[in-house]
Amino acid sequence: MTGANEVREPLLLVEHLTMRFGGLTAVHDLSFDAYSREITAIIGPNGAGKTTVFNCLTGFYKPSVGRLMMLVNGEGLLLERMDGFRIVRQAGIARTFQNMRLFAGMTVLENLIVAQHNLLMSASAFSVAGLFGLPRYRSAERAAVERARHWLDKIGLIERADWPAGALPYGAQRRLEIARALCTGPALLCLDEPAAGLNPRESAELNELLLAIRVEERIAILLIEHDMSVVMGISDHIIVLDYGRKIADGPPAAVRVDPNVIKAYLGEDELEKLPKTSAADLHIRR
Amino acid sequence: MKTAASGLAVLKEALATLDWSALLKDAVIAALVATLLALPLVGFQTYDIGGGALGIRTHFDWVATAAAAVFAGRLALRLQQRLRRGGERRGETLFARLGTWGNRRALPITLVGIAFAVALPFLPFSSRYLIDLGTTVLIYVMLGWGLNVVVGLAGLLDLGYVAFYAVGAYTFALLARDLGLTFWQALPFSGLVAASFGVILGFPVLRLRGDYLAIVTLGFGEIIRIVLLNWSPVTGGPNGISDIPRPSFFGLPFARSAPEGATTFHQFFGLEFSPAQRVTYIYFVILALALVTNLFTSRLRRLPIGRAWEALREDEVACRALGINPTNVKLSAFGIGAMLGGFAGCFFATRQGFISPESFTFIESATILAIVVLGGMGSQMGVVLAALLLVTLPEFGRAFAEFRMLIFGAAMVAIMVWRPRGLLAHREPSLRLHARRSAAL
Amino acid sequence: MAYFLQQLINGLTLGSIYGLIAIGYTMVYGIIGMINFAHGEIYMIGAFISIIAFLLLGLIGVSYVPLALALVLLTTMLFTAIYGWTVERVAYRPLRGSFRLAPLISAIGTSIFLQNYVQILQGAREKPMLPLVQGGFTVFESDGFAVRLSYLQLLIMLVTVALMAGFSTFIATTPLGRAQRACEQDMQMAALLGVDVDQVISMTFVMGAALAAVAGLMVTLYYGVVDFFIGFLAGVKAFTAAVLGGIGSLPGAMLGGILIGLIEAFWSGYFSVEYKDVSVFVVLILVLVFRPTGLLGAPELEKV
Repeated sequence: MTGANEVREPLLLVEHLTMRFGGLTAVHDLSFDAYSREITAIIGPNGAGKTTVFNCLTGFYKPSVGRLMMLVNGEGLLLERMDGFRIVRQAGIARTFQNMRLFAGMTVLENLIVAQHNLLMSASAFSVAGLFGLPRYRSAERAAVERARHWLDKIGLIERADWPAGALPYGAQRRLEIARALCTGPALLCLDEPAAGLNPRESAELNELLLAIRVEERIAILLIEHDMSVVMGISDHIIVLDYGRKIADGPPAAVRVDPNVIKAYLGEDELEKLPKTSAADLHIRR
Repeated sequence: MKTAASGLAVLKEALATLDWSALLKDAVIAALVATLLALPLVGFQTYDIGGGALGIRTHFDWVATAAAAVFAGRLALRLQQRLRRGGERRGETLFARLGTWGNRRALPITLVGIAFAVALPFLPFSSRYLIDLGTTVLIYVMLGWGLNVVVGLAGLLDLGYVAFYAVGAYTFALLARDLGLTFWQALPFSGLVAASFGVILGFPVLRLRGDYLAIVTLGFGEIIRIVLLNWSPVTGGPNGISDIPRPSFFGLPFARSAPEGATTFHQFFGLEFSPAQRVTYIYFVILALALVTNLFTSRLRRLPIGRAWEALREDEVACRALGINPTNVKLSAFGIGAMLGGFAGCFFATRQGFISPESFTFIESATILAIVVLGGMGSQMGVVLAALLLVTLPEFGRAFAEFRMLIFGAAMVAIMVWRPRGLLAHREPSLRLHARRSAAL
Repeated sequence: MAYFLQQLINGLTLGSIYGLIAIGYTMVYGIIGMINFAHGEIYMIGAFISIIAFLLLGLIGVSYVPLALALVLLTTMLFTAIYGWTVERVAYRPLRGSFRLAPLISAIGTSIFLQNYVQILQGAREKPMLPLVQGGFTVFESDGFAVRLSYLQLLIMLVTVALMAGFSTFIATTPLGRAQRACEQDMQMAALLGVDVDQVISMTFVMGAALAAVAGLMVTLYYGVVDFFIGFLAGVKAFTAAVLGGIGSLPGAMLGGILIGLIEAFWSGYFSVEYKDVSVFVVLILVLVFRPTGLLGAPELEKV
């Protein structure tokens, strides 16, 4: 959480994002801001368009309408026109995937080294320095391995660094994917359902990891999630989508009691059945 | 350890519990299908009786043999599967163990191999014929290692690799014919021109997926061949280009006698002239080229570019999400793979002394692909093994020679069904955090 | 003008043949998303079987041409269909869960195997066929150039149209056709709804092979000569046709076939015969680069 005296710095500005696929509008006129050093969660029932937003942010889809601006060193970069890989390089946005896309045949360590590809490529002068084993490349490679080692330590995979990534248990793979995204040195980390398939203990560990990342790396995290313990536990800011539209935007305490949110999740009928109390009286247990 | 007797008893018991009627019915159906397949094409053989007419011979005995063989084979296969069930899959782990054994001793095996290769011309059983054979093997090894970059590492199925082989060969031939360049002078140009073609091919296929990519590369290979065949003023058409200069030993030609003022190889070293000298030299040239290719590709594999190739093969979407530009990765794979093919082509031209489009057909591309696939995509040693098999098998008998491609086609299918990662494939990581342990992992 | 018309007729005939082969490619791709690289060899096998069948009928003494044609048609379709079925069972089905390139490599291996199989058994020389369907009529004349439409060309085009119509009806109305379309849309769901997916896929291969067999028979009659290598070139061209028309689309395959036939005919008629194959390959590259979904195909969205 940004400290009481710190000003919230906007990092990502999404304005009027609309994504249409043929006749279907997946995301409709979505606007929100994500702030630096904060954890922003995007939640909503299935099909609300959350992953579509991610895909627009990371260059996999070209938005039908809208402006996506990432503030880098004070300057605004427009993401909607950029190629996915350029967004990673220039805007510093890294992501993980709902279906997890590790390099399963390569080792855990190699996955993390590949993430540092661009740094290493320039250090190797397009492989020439690398071919001749020049010190400039070798020290860059050592630094990359060190950085990988740092993250392996954080996620508890040092011992299994030389295992093929596909051989890891599910929870470890998820953590590896996050670490891999972090190795690109991003300013914004986008996680697509990082807690999917994790048991409560693993979810709690994930929370700790994400909080630690936010504090130590001082980066922003944008997260799509269904697991409420993760969302409510660590988010600074929540955006709720339903059928592609934003229905709530604010801190967890406010979103939790927002009647629109409750209606979207529980359904109109359910809302009618709830005792008529004022919003302030509603306590939803953690 | 089970004794033989107890093993036999277990087997008998297992056999008794099998559902024989189902197994036999299955085998009979398979044999029936085989009969129907074999009947039209095996049972009846057409032959020329002149005057544009055909005669027919019958070979129903062959059909019966085929049916019987399929019956027996299918039964054996099913039996093996039934008996295996529940028990350890020994066949699988045998190959896997062989693979890891091989990889762990990669260095000593490699050294022994190189030593043998270097010593080959001087061994007592050596002969010109054997050295020639060795040269051919090494050409295919080099081509296999080159294609390995594209198919094995980067996962881009290139069915037109022979195009770069051809480009390299023709570049040298043209440079020799029109500008009088020697083999060593032309070698870098062959590589450069071939690499350019590789990049040119790479551009249109950037956004194509596996199947489409393969077909387009096949088309590319065919286009090159057809152009070479028909552009007679430049390429000599179906007759190709001849009188391609042979390599010399630092300027000393391998001839019986040299023009005024020049010394020949044998004169310089005070040896008697023998045609074997050039043959041996050529052998060492390709050996050197192949070794350099191996060193180069192994090194690249441990560099970011090589890792990016492998990452691309694993998951292109994830690559983009890590800031890797797939275009550059693909173009580099095509370019470098093509360059190596070009070098091999240049050598091919100098070895033969003449080239024609006949040597650069799709069958060649398929053969090189077969070598890479059978050896295990990504495995350097596997390529050597597969190339050895391919080239030497026909030497073991006329039957093998005739059936060579048939066996290879069947082997490609078999490998994909049983051991999709190839005979010896076991991926060695390009870098390790911990020292390699001798334990199971 | 007359010359143009003649090339048009030739192109349409050729295109019909390509179209029949292209249907096999497009159907297989539509249902299991792979290119059946060995399909060209199936067509070649169809051609060989038809020659052998003709020879046998001749030996038996069947001389009534329409009867011979009908018998050969049925026999060829039957035996070639079995080849198609077997290829799927042996080379593709075991690989259904395997990695991306596996089925394609297996297909290439199968193609090599079948080519050499026929070459070893029947010899590498080309096989001639006596012209069975002869004669034709002049459609048009100008400047001393007579545009001829032979009965064979007419037969080919009519048979193709008939087969296309019958086939489309089959796909649209019968339970198997429906099951096939369901599998194309969503294989898992179809399986959950009780469709025998394996059988549907097998039938797809069988039908594609049968149509390729007809094409093989026609090419035997039309060109009068076959050899073990015709599958390769025809296969690539037919595949190009399938892609051009829109892979996965049945009318697209036919349309693509006609277009490729026309392109080839006009290119060899007006430019050069030597480079006519190059023209088709160039079309292939252009289509895949600029419009991979073809003329009648639907755009695919990348699922992330």
